[in-house]
Amino acid sequence: MEQKTKIQAEEGKQELVITREFDLPLELLFKAHVEPNLVEQWMGTRVLKLEAKNHGSYQFKTTDAQGNAVFQANGVIHECSPNRKIIRTFEMENTPFGVQLEVLEFEKITAGSSKLNMRIIYESVAKRDQMLKLPFAQGINMAHNRLQEIAGKVTQ
Amino acid sequence: MVASQAMTAGAIAANFDTARPTISKHLQILAQCELLGHEQKGREIHYHINPNKMKEIADFIEPFRKLWDERFNKLETLMKKYKTKN
Repeated sequence: MEQKTKIQAEEGKQELVITREFDLPLELLFKAHVEPNLVEQWMGTRVLKLEAKNHGSYQFKTTDAQGNAVFQANGVIHECSPNRKIIRTFEMENTPFGVQLEVLEFEKITAGSSKLNMRIIYESVAKRDQMLKLPFAQGINMAHNRLQEIAGKVTQ
Repeated sequence: MVASQAMTAGAIAANFDTARPTISKHLQILAQCELLGHEQKGREIHYHINPNKMKEIADFIEPFRKLWDERFNKLETLMKKYKTKN
């Protein structure tokens, strides 16, 4: 089966490109990126602030069941051109990954389908590669936490 | 191209508008990174794909790709519902 989301990460470069075609009209794909309550649902994080406009900014925060912050990110929106383009920065707080620049381009394919081209530029090649490894590390952490929870219940 | 058969640098270069020396340089780098294997046959070098190394790189990116794929799948489902509601 063909993969819907594609990632291009050339060796030795400090950027990567994510492309994806959606079975959605362009306007709806764009809306999903600028309406706080929609972003919350598909990104799986709380949106504390999202000013989708030129010179705007945003803040995300995810907490666990005990109320501890497990993910906090923020950035500024350099450009927000409806149904066309978003240029923004992204910084995951309390991590060593630095600030990344993201250029999102929205394209109409047909009346009912559209494409997103997302170019992410990192501070260095090393930071990009570290970031690429993160979901793998996170997956292992989550599995470990889950294991601890289960083990905790068993020993109680 | 090289996935189905081994090819010479000249045959590979014929598929691109880029100058032959540039293609040769790219092939050398890919061979150094072990993404391509090569064999000298007379005056020509035949290049072939190294599937194991290619898979290693794909595996490295795969968890990151999957993370975004899952997010975007959610986005698509969410907005399809949104469309029918509004």
